[in-house]
Amino acid sequence: MPKIIINNKEIEFEDGMTVLQACEMAGAEIPRFCYHERLSIAGNCRMCLVEMEKSPKPIASCAMPAAEGMKIKTNTPFVDKARKGVMEFLLANHPLDCPVCDQGGECDLQDQSLFYGLDNSRYSENKRQVKEKYMGPLIKTQMTRCIHCTRCIRFATEVAGIPELGAIGRGEDMEITTYLERSMESELSANVIDLCPVGALTSKPYAFEARPWELKKTETIDVMDAVGSNIRVDTYGWEVKRILPRINEDINEEWISDKTRYACDGLLKQRIDTPYIRENGQLKKTTWENAKKTLINKIKSFDPNEVAGIVGDLSDLEMIYSFKSFFNSLGSNNLECRQDRIYINPEERINYIFNSSIKGIENSDLILLVGSNPRLEASILNARIRKAYQKNNTKIYSIGDPGDLTYPYEVIGSNTSIIKLIAAGSHEISEKIKKSKKPMIIIGESALYGEAGRYTFETIKKFLFTNNFIRNDWNALNVLTQQASRVGALDLGLYSIAKNDNFSFFDKLENGLFKFIYLLGADDINFKKDDKFIVYQGSHGDKGAEIADIVLPGAAYTEKNGLFVNLEGKIQNAYKASYPPGDAREDWKIIKDLSKLLKKPEDYKDINELQKNIKKNITIKNNINLKNTESVEFIEKEISIKPIDYYFTNSIARSSKTMNECRRVKKKFLFTGIEKAS
Amino acid sequence: MSIKKISKVQPELFEFTSENLEKAKNEIKKYPKKRKASAVLALLYLVQNQNDNWIPLAAIRYVAVLLGMPYIKVYEVATFYSMFNLSPVGKYFVQVCTTTPCMIRGAKKITEICKKYISEEQNKLSENKICSWTEVECLGACVNAPMMQINKDYFEDLNESKTEEIIQKLLKDEFPEPGSVKNRKNNAPESGKTTLIEIKNA
Repeated sequence: MPKIIINNKEIEFEDGMTVLQACEMAGAEIPRFCYHERLSIAGNCRMCLVEMEKSPKPIASCAMPAAEGMKIKTNTPFVDKARKGVMEFLLANHPLDCPVCDQGGECDLQDQSLFYGLDNSRYSENKRQVKEKYMGPLIKTQMTRCIHCTRCIRFATEVAGIPELGAIGRGEDMEITTYLERSMESELSANVIDLCPVGALTSKPYAFEARPWELKKTETIDVMDAVGSNIRVDTYGWEVKRILPRINEDINEEWISDKTRYACDGLLKQRIDTPYIRENGQLKKTTWENAKKTLINKIKSFDPNEVAGIVGDLSDLEMIYSFKSFFNSLGSNNLECRQDRIYINPEERINYIFNSSIKGIENSDLILLVGSNPRLEASILNARIRKAYQKNNTKIYSIGDPGDLTYPYEVIGSNTSIIKLIAAGSHEISEKIKKSKKPMIIIGESALYGEAGRYTFETIKKFLFTNNFIRNDWNALNVLTQQASRVGALDLGLYSIAKNDNFSFFDKLENGLFKFIYLLGADDINFKKDDKFIVYQGSHGDKGAEIADIVLPGAAYTEKNGLFVNLEGKIQNAYKASYPPGDAREDWKIIKDLSKLLKKPEDYKDINELQKNIKKNITIKNNINLKNTESVEFIEKEISIKPIDYYFTNSIARSSKTMNECRRVKKKFLFTGIEKAS
Repeated sequence: MSIKKISKVQPELFEFTSENLEKAKNEIKKYPKKRKASAVLALLYLVQNQNDNWIPLAAIRYVAVLLGMPYIKVYEVATFYSMFNLSPVGKYFVQVCTTTPCMIRGAKKITEICKKYISEEQNKLSENKICSWTEVECLGACVNAPMMQINKDYFEDLNESKTEEIIQKLLKDEFPEPGSVKNRKNNAPESGKTTLIEIKNA
């Protein structure tokens, strides 16, 4: 390996590294504004200047490739002077409004001017003024503060794949803006707020809410989609003020989607904070004792076969496990975690998880999407596919047309007959798949709908299996689930599948065989209420609570410790950042109390025992079962991608003002905003 | 110079004439297929020629679609270069050089005339919407100072009366004869050649 001398210390570096990276390896800190590990190099802020031997001028270390035998110095008066000079220029036009700036306390410019800048200003002329720019309902702009690092432009163009940001004008008059100040059309747009090293782009919903040092920070897991992004929840007292990403290279890198970031204001609205009971057609407040007693008396009056339970999208494993053991002690097995007729085959774990893993997308050389729109179903995963496309020029095909995915792909059809052709080897794609080294087939929910879903899934699995693409080192079979609770619920066996009938639960539900339905945070299931007795346990007064006869107040995902399994099958710990409002309680405790009233107490005392039990019940090992499935009868069906109301997919998002606003802006944009040049 | 003002009145549509489309295609051909965005400057220039010296937003979108570029990238280019106008400047766009040599030779008088006859302010259309004027930096014809550029042509060795004549003509929608008003060839000496006298076409 080549060697470089940094501050008289010789270190080895890898080919292709920049001087800045080498300096970091040597432990020399280099200030920077425009350089960012995950974006291309711009080299325009000049803050990373260092001294190189034999160069009369300081060099921009972020843009200079490291070379054998270079002698770099980062702590000389020469470098210090260069930094001070750059800092003085940056601050010449930067307003002195730190006291009223939301970035204050976590501002790169503030911190670096303290360490590397001058202690006074020699600039007495008028400062530049730039008008605010509209960038949508999430991003607040204060462009006078902008130092033109262009991180936001590079993020939008490279990572998000929506080249809508740009710099207009030049020199002193350069301004960052979207094209004609339209709102940014991306599910990842708010990440530019984190990227902005100054207070030019700040969060609109969080404006003037709190200072970073006043907030309690809790590192936890997101539940808005099945990706399980790692997040940090910042709370002020009870209130969740904001949500920021945490770095996890395997899952979300350092981005999160707008829904993850901004649905948190829904945690303050529409909350169920006390038990309710329906009297004369109206929900009336009641006590816990009364609600629990009525529930138990009611549930005992039905035959166990008439009692059913549905687990919602945001449930953690604790809820699901205790819910299941509660139903088992009742003697009922009518449990379901699906809220729609989506085909699943829970025999093996590889049948319902994303086997190639999110990180594995980068190694793939061919991706086939089947009835999936990853941009809306899992925005972070879509960013990975885009990264793979940019890095390796991965070929991407799709069955069904999902619209703009931020990277080019080829639609090869939108019917199950294409799958038949692929399996038979008579489609050109099947040859391409066979020739590729690490292909991926991503099956979305739209393709798994109904009986045709069985055909689609089993045929694809068989095709991959016979071509040896389901191996221990590479598994090309991927199911893209959309709900944070889905994989975990399947792991714990929350499904009712009769032999050869995947949807027996739904048939029974439609035929009115269930008289008592327990909705555990399930809001999205459609059925007729009729004379059914419905219990809703959850955090938000949404569709489920509307039809319920008893409403039990539960905790939202930021208000309890819990385990979540993401779509890859990774189990992650979520931690309590806040506490449930009013009389609301953690869900597993509610169910434990109910079991006690039923005189069949649960076999755990506290959360630690509960979690131990859960972990015992999940077999992580994805053993590949070599006995293969029999062929499934062909069903011809159109694979059309189900439209997703992105900002409205769960009860928290539906209660959020910000999500409502985003949805409104997007709709308006679709009606009037798109102009096409002929 | 501040950020260019974008005209509030915008045409709905823009399209190249078949002749200009041909030229545009020739420009695009000069670059590798993957790099056809490189033709953006040439195309914007064509737009400006076709559309009375200014680029409407419709044309920015048209060029973007033609070159497979995002709108914002074309918009960036159009706002970066001072020679692209984003609001109407009239059929005759007068650019008066006011850099030192011209200034010494009386450029101020020329701008006064422009103010008097075309419009009080720079970049503002004349009453009949046919003409506008602006001050610019050196146009490289210092030997023939003072001078101005109208559309693509230079008018040199100006004095007050001649400038007035030229502007009057413009306002009547006539294009005056370009070149030196003193009728000298290029920047040859005013009193005729002093060297290379024997060579006819020197």
